[in-house]
Amino acid sequence: MSVRIVVTGMGWVTPLGHDLEGVWGRMMRSECGMAPITRFDARTFPTTFAAEVRDYDVNAFVKHPQAHATAGLNSKYALGAARQAWAQAGLDERPAPSLRRVGMYLGAGEGVIDTANYFAANVAGWDAASNRVGGAWFDAAQRMLDRAREVEQEPNMPLAHLAREFGIRGPSYNCLTACAASTQAIGEACSILRRGDADAMLAGGSHPMIHPLGITGFNRLTALSTFKGDPTKASRPFDIGRDGFVMGEGSGMVVLETLEHAMARGATPLAELMGYGSSADAFRITDIQPDGRGAAAAMTQALAQAGIDPHKRLDDGRPPIQYISAHGTGTKENDSIETIGVKRVFGELAPSIPMSSIKSMMGHLIAAAGAVEFITCVQSIRHGMLPPTINYANPDPELDLDYVPNTARAAKVDTCLSNSFGFGGQNDTVIVTRWRGA
Amino acid sequence: MGRSATHVVITGLGPVCGLGVGLEPFWQALTAGTSAIRRIDRFETGSFGCPFASLLPEGFDVRTLVPKSFRKGTKVMARDIEIAVAGAHMAVQSAGLMTRGTEGATSVTIAPERFGAHIGAGLIAADIDELTAALVTSTTTDGKVDLGAWGSGGMNNLTPLWLLKYLPNMLACHVTIIHDCQGPSNTITCGESSALLSLGESMRVIGRGDADACLSGGAESRVNQMGLMRNWYSGRLRNMPAGAQGPELVRPFDAEACGSVLGEGGGILVVESAESAARRGKAPLAQLAGFGASQSVCADTMGMDLSQSGEDIAAAIESALDDAGMSASDIDAIVPTGCAVPEVDAGERAALERVFGTRLASLPIATVVPNAGFCGAGTGALAACAGVQMLATQSIPARLNAAATPGLDAAAAVSRPAALRAVLVLTTSLGGQNAAIILRRAS
Repeated sequence: MSVRIVVTGMGWVTPLGHDLEGVWGRMMRSECGMAPITRFDARTFPTTFAAEVRDYDVNAFVKHPQAHATAGLNSKYALGAARQAWAQAGLDERPAPSLRRVGMYLGAGEGVIDTANYFAANVAGWDAASNRVGGAWFDAAQRMLDRAREVEQEPNMPLAHLAREFGIRGPSYNCLTACAASTQAIGEACSILRRGDADAMLAGGSHPMIHPLGITGFNRLTALSTFKGDPTKASRPFDIGRDGFVMGEGSGMVVLETLEHAMARGATPLAELMGYGSSADAFRITDIQPDGRGAAAAMTQALAQAGIDPHKRLDDGRPPIQYISAHGTGTKENDSIETIGVKRVFGELAPSIPMSSIKSMMGHLIAAAGAVEFITCVQSIRHGMLPPTINYANPDPELDLDYVPNTARAAKVDTCLSNSFGFGGQNDTVIVTRWRGA
Repeated sequence: MGRSATHVVITGLGPVCGLGVGLEPFWQALTAGTSAIRRIDRFETGSFGCPFASLLPEGFDVRTLVPKSFRKGTKVMARDIEIAVAGAHMAVQSAGLMTRGTEGATSVTIAPERFGAHIGAGLIAADIDELTAALVTSTTTDGKVDLGAWGSGGMNNLTPLWLLKYLPNMLACHVTIIHDCQGPSNTITCGESSALLSLGESMRVIGRGDADACLSGGAESRVNQMGLMRNWYSGRLRNMPAGAQGPELVRPFDAEACGSVLGEGGGILVVESAESAARRGKAPLAQLAGFGASQSVCADTMGMDLSQSGEDIAAAIESALDDAGMSASDIDAIVPTGCAVPEVDAGERAALERVFGTRLASLPIATVVPNAGFCGAGTGALAACAGVQMLATQSIPARLNAAATPGLDAAAAVSRPAALRAVLVLTTSLGGQNAAIILRRAS
């Protein structure tokens, strides 16, 4: 029998709020976090809206504000989500016996570029005669850029801040596999626990990409929605009119523990992590394997690890997975291929498995998306409710699964599967199930 | 015998750095004690206080290192990606593997779904000339960038695939496409510990039976304007003494150490199960016997100053020894980060003293940074390649520059033979991630 892994704490900082049940309630009411971008003047950009985290103060979540005085948004969001997870896991009252046996596995993105000063230094250093940036750049940069703000942009800085805040000293990793990163982080954290390299892991992701170069990059790739109407209607996963994703930001964090460790310190498991699968498309730089092979490989591995036969109904007639948290970005290609991949894995049972995309409500949190969606799965099990795919108005005839259109739905949910697929062909799936006791 | 059920071995080495492309020039330079560090001439460095670096050799052209069918793909490669792709090419060749990326191969010697990739990467800076050429189309009369003009048209001066040159996971993306690695894949971004953490992941993935082989390591080039500035801000680079020429500057563990010098580089290793190597008749270069990792909790939060981190760093080493089922007395040589940043050297020295005690003074230390520069996410890959080659050749490479390193066998010396059973490779990072691997001589 392999080592059992339980979830004992969860937290998130999202465009729909920064507390576990508040955000869940908003999703149950089909609320949407999208609005015109306020972080910079995006009025002339192809995309003018995003799902921003609002009214967030990291100092409400940390015990050592001074230690985080220069933190970038990547670290600030991570700290808020991690504090909630840490608190729910009761790690202050019933501490882990050794913080050397507590590790971290994050899929955190880089911090926010200091756009104004970076752009200004670049322009000041530009040598039009040679069509290159010249030596004057260094004078301009040293005058304009801020030391801490630059160092804090490193993608491993959230690890450093979390270590400082919680005293974590075990094996620590940050993986940055684009939009799959934090699902991969949760899966890999689970592997570390199973192998015995740690007893508990803080796992999740954090990413703040709502800045001019972030929007520019995805606009140039034509991956973002350029919807011209009400921003809350822009993200339309699985709808025939879908035209791209909407940028979100934030963080999701969970505390994972071996069952033995959780029990020994008297923690209450919220759910059990059953399976993890990971594959690479190894196909093309920009396109996904059109036959859904890569996505299917990740799902199949996760199901095998969880010991679940995807073609066999449960004794009560329900499908073996009762909810899929889709990657569901709202791009033409992703939603089609994800649908094909799910059918490839579950065959004739696929239409009976509800699959929704919360990106329709909170946008795409990029590296942090998977962790937030994993938490959504656990909440679905705990509350017996499925979050909807909002803005689903006109079905795409080729996308014929149950996308939980527009309104939340009550359902008996015991086991959920969460998918994340990244640019570059990274596919990751995790499976979580109801805690039924030791 | 360690805790791993499956023996994991190294069967191929692909170092790529200023010393050259592939194992031969790399090892030749380490043995001879030559350095690739020189004054930066790729771009103007103006008033910057440390205008030196180890740059890839003139004539390096990644297009000659990919299959013809993939040449188009090289147009969207940042330098970091080029290094990883070149390293993978050399590693696959060194391991005698045939993959989809092997020109003229009629069959492959490894099943794609059993072939993984774990490649460490850094925060890749956009090409500043390309970006600024686009930005200057959208400036106001006082020289500021007008976001309105940028949004409505200026940004169209960037190629549509611009972003894909700079995503850290594009190193693994290109490598997995070229060599058809459909198995477990990951991109670790933990500063200078990225490559050893990646090697550890490969070891675990193979150990638990999820892959037969992985392309593993890391690569980075911070030899660009933003890279230099960021390393200046994090205390890696410091003002160099007047009259400094370059190569003599990096003096790891010397009381007079005054900071590091960057390099562009890294490497890919082929990590493989012993069974897989035996099946295809490939003799291992070394065994990857143990892996350990830890996190430093730093008073400065960001982990620039690791001088008080001896205990945390030692925890990674002890965990790797335990994983290998070995004790400190089984180690015959050490390849630490050795970057000549005084606060990093101090932390590593304290950790080594803690683990090895009085025996430390007689344990030979190998340093790579004085030769190849400090290569960010590629650092550990070059150190691991050196460690494997030390075991394979039973020798310690030459050491440069350091004059006095009391209590450590780390001062300048010529290459020498040595009976080596096992080598410890260690990296620490900005941000406080520590990683250690134990390499054992192939039996």
